[in-house]
Amino acid sequence: MKIPFDLSAVYTKTYEAPPIDKGEILRYSGACGNVPEIDALTRECLAELDGVLTYKACFRIFDVSADGTMLDLGFTRTDSAALSKNLHGCDRIVVFAATVGIGLDRLIARYSRISPSKALVFQAIGAERIEALCDAFCAEVNELAREKGCSVRPRFSPGYGDLELSLQRDIFSVLDCSRKIGLTLNESLLMSPTKSVTAIIGIMPDD
Amino acid sequence: MKITEYIKEHILYLDGGMGTLLQAQGLLPGELPERWNLTHPDVITAIHRDYYDAGSNVVNTNTFGANILKFSADELDTIVKAAIENARAAAKSSVGKQEKWVALDIGPTGRMLAPYGDFDFEEAVAVFAETVKLGVKYGADLIFIETMNDSYETKAALLAAKENSELPVFVSNAYGEDGKLMTGASPAAMVAMLEGMGADAIGVNCSLGPKALGGVVREYLKYASVPVMLKPNAGLPKSVEGKTVYDILPDEFADEVCALIGEGVRVAGGCCGTTPAYIAATVQRSAGIKPVKITKKNITCVSSYNHAVIFGEKPILIGERINPTGKKRFKEALKAHDIDYILKEGIAQQEKGVHILDVNVGLPEIDEVAMLKEAVCELQAIIDLPLQIDTSDPIAMETALRRYNGKAMINSVNGKKESIDAVFPLAKKYGGLIVALTLDEEGIPTKAEDRLAIAKRILAEAEKYGIDKKDIIFDPLALTISADNTAAMETMRAVGLIKNELGCHTSLGVSNVSFGLPGRDMINGTFFALTLGQGLSAAIMNPYSVEMMKAYHTYLALAGLDTNCADYISFAETLPQTVTASTPVQTTASTASDEYSSELQRAVVKGLKERAALITSELLGTVEPLKIVQEEIIPALNIVGEGFEKKTVYLPQLLMSAEAAKSAFEVIKASMTDGKASDKCAFVIATVKGDIHDIGKNIVKLLLENYGFAVTDLGRDVAPETVVSEVVRLHAPLVGLSALMTTTVPAMEDTIKQLREKAPWCKIIVGGAVLNREYADAIGADKYAKDAMETVRYAEEIDSSLKA
Repeated sequence: MKIPFDLSAVYTKTYEAPPIDKGEILRYSGACGNVPEIDALTRECLAELDGVLTYKACFRIFDVSADGTMLDLGFTRTDSAALSKNLHGCDRIVVFAATVGIGLDRLIARYSRISPSKALVFQAIGAERIEALCDAFCAEVNELAREKGCSVRPRFSPGYGDLELSLQRDIFSVLDCSRKIGLTLNESLLMSPTKSVTAIIGIMPDD
Repeated sequence: MKITEYIKEHILYLDGGMGTLLQAQGLLPGELPERWNLTHPDVITAIHRDYYDAGSNVVNTNTFGANILKFSADELDTIVKAAIENARAAAKSSVGKQEKWVALDIGPTGRMLAPYGDFDFEEAVAVFAETVKLGVKYGADLIFIETMNDSYETKAALLAAKENSELPVFVSNAYGEDGKLMTGASPAAMVAMLEGMGADAIGVNCSLGPKALGGVVREYLKYASVPVMLKPNAGLPKSVEGKTVYDILPDEFADEVCALIGEGVRVAGGCCGTTPAYIAATVQRSAGIKPVKITKKNITCVSSYNHAVIFGEKPILIGERINPTGKKRFKEALKAHDIDYILKEGIAQQEKGVHILDVNVGLPEIDEVAMLKEAVCELQAIIDLPLQIDTSDPIAMETALRRYNGKAMINSVNGKKESIDAVFPLAKKYGGLIVALTLDEEGIPTKAEDRLAIAKRILAEAEKYGIDKKDIIFDPLALTISADNTAAMETMRAVGLIKNELGCHTSLGVSNVSFGLPGRDMINGTFFALTLGQGLSAAIMNPYSVEMMKAYHTYLALAGLDTNCADYISFAETLPQTVTASTPVQTTASTASDEYSSELQRAVVKGLKERAALITSELLGTVEPLKIVQEEIIPALNIVGEGFEKKTVYLPQLLMSAEAAKSAFEVIKASMTDGKASDKCAFVIATVKGDIHDIGKNIVKLLLENYGFAVTDLGRDVAPETVVSEVVRLHAPLVGLSALMTTTVPAMEDTIKQLREKAPWCKIIVGGAVLNREYADAIGADKYAKDAMETVRYAEEIDSSLKA
């Protein structure tokens, strides 16, 4: 059965900070193992994050259907084969956007001027944080889907495989991202705040 | 009746939601609702009429996203015209007997302003201006700017409204659950900026229900001297059995709004999820409430994009270090367009605890207008302190005030007619707290009473411009006691007179008092303490001065402004222990430990910034600067660089070492008379047009600087023409271009093409996430570098081939 969501509304959610995975931060910093200097630097950066990050997501549900090689996402159409494959067997999709806010961009900009090593670590922290936020969101969708006897596909973002980045424009338009979570898209299809993700999650009815 | 008159005596009712009602009527996802003014005028008019019938005094036109970014100029014209006609028709046909107005609704553009987005401030002003002009042309009664969640965009919209119409302007912002705008502004900061610019009513809408917005509304009521608006959502949307419902119903909504009307809200309506029923309930239930009088708050404050700084609670420290006067290194930085130097000066002062930063970049050899604008923009991008804009050039002042994201401090005006004529109109237009110097055509009066007289004249002039007393802070001028030993006492008396007789705040450039005397710091500190005792509200000062900071912190403790002396105790802990004997610091360069050949080398390899600087300054006593570079720092960098190439050292360590080396270089640079520590060729570096990623570029820059290259950093999102003209100007033999996205590689290719044409001598290195060797070859680069070390190696190769 289909997840009984109202298809006309965009929902907004604010999350508590998901647990931090230091190993991931290290990996995004281009480091690994146990280096005391890097560890100290990372701890110093994490201590400065107090009150800087916000964890917000907005989403909307659409019907999805295939029409030959074209995929009708309910708000736009695409001929992406990779997305088609990902959504095979799905009848609904959750389209979502998530961001950890502009505060981190300010910190990164500040440290770019005075300490590139800290800027690098803040970048890494941002990457880890937004992934953690997306994981938290997807876990919820997964749970909701399971309750309804459905299963979900891995999240798929514009720019993956052959899914064109320009799909961002359509996503931003239907999710009203700037109003809902303060997320904007610029001319080069980059998002601001930078530590943000948009993606599509396929929902598949279990038979 | 004029709305601005009506509002003085009445509660003004706004309309409710539009979007949700249009969806119910069949508006499709992604469809632009503004077009419905043309395609479904009956539907739009009916919704407006329902609101007027429900008791709304003001209905907002269906033009939330009507701007030239979304529509062509022609279509925009027809949309705004139809939108206003629809609202007018509704007002005419409504059965409501109340006073009615039509507001031109203006929502955010959905674009982020630079530097965090790619939307230029002036471009934003121009976009809003187009819509405003159409609103005026088609007869809107007022302009309603709403749902803005960024202070800078709000400023752009308000400025456009003020510059292109005489209509009243209402401004409403959307706050998050944390009580701040998405980009960080607190309610007090928004009140300061919006009132300063002359908004007629200010307030909050969207995001949350009335009760949840209560905290933000109360902040508005506390600070605002203009009517406060509340236009909340019907709570939060919830999905119930496949349908969206908002969790607050009309009666509950009305009760919550009425409670806040009782606390002083004067303009009320609804946003998402509210319908005419919500407005009708609100109008009905608030009928018996007597409007709370709007009072002048008399709060003197300035603001940044983030928070307000209020005068009169605790003394305010204004950092004076961003100023070239008497500073050789600062002058050099200005001439070399070294923005980083200015930013570091700002950050360091913030870390010392100042509340406001004075910004003065006036130097005869530079373009002050451009420099001041750039300095203000760069500072406000990374520092959340309010700025005091310090210039005697009215054009530079206006340019900076225009771009300033908040309510600035304006330094300064004085009693001369010429000064008043130049500064007051700017303060009126952009808002600001004006520093007024008590001098005039006759100079600085000796007697405190005569300075008071000038202050009175300045206040009278301000009144003519409609500038409130609270927006003037007097600087009664500290003069040196070495020339006149009554000078300090007169200044102190003037502080007291201005405070007690005029009820105005004062600020002083304290350190002038000791000019020409030895041990100036001592005198400054004591004078500062004395003037604080007289009620001085603020000081322009050097936060590195221990005596000044001692005076400040002890004053707070003594004046009962420091609960449990907590601030004093933590300050005292930062002070160096009383010197007993000159304890030698264990930094002797010769005592090398472990595997490193010297302590400096070890500090650089381990990435110890402060230590590297300290050891270097010690070494400079005995060792030639260039020898330190060649025999200590460069070998240390090589150890790290090789480790990185062998993957035994990771990127964060490489950077920490580079920073430590840089701090050592800074010390060396400061010690060298010609200021030249680099001996390698020029290197121009930029992130290409359309791309705003600059972490990688900054890493490369840092390493190149360490290896002695004269790096010119053009920043990010740089046009090909800018790169070319800089390479030509410097005749630079090396150019580095960075791009992170496939979409910006064409811009890189274009830059290379133009460089080949105009600067055929230069070698071009490219790098960035999307690039590889094949790609680099295809777009005609000389070299693809996979990381910063590879760039350095290649650059060294080219540099030595030039010298060969």
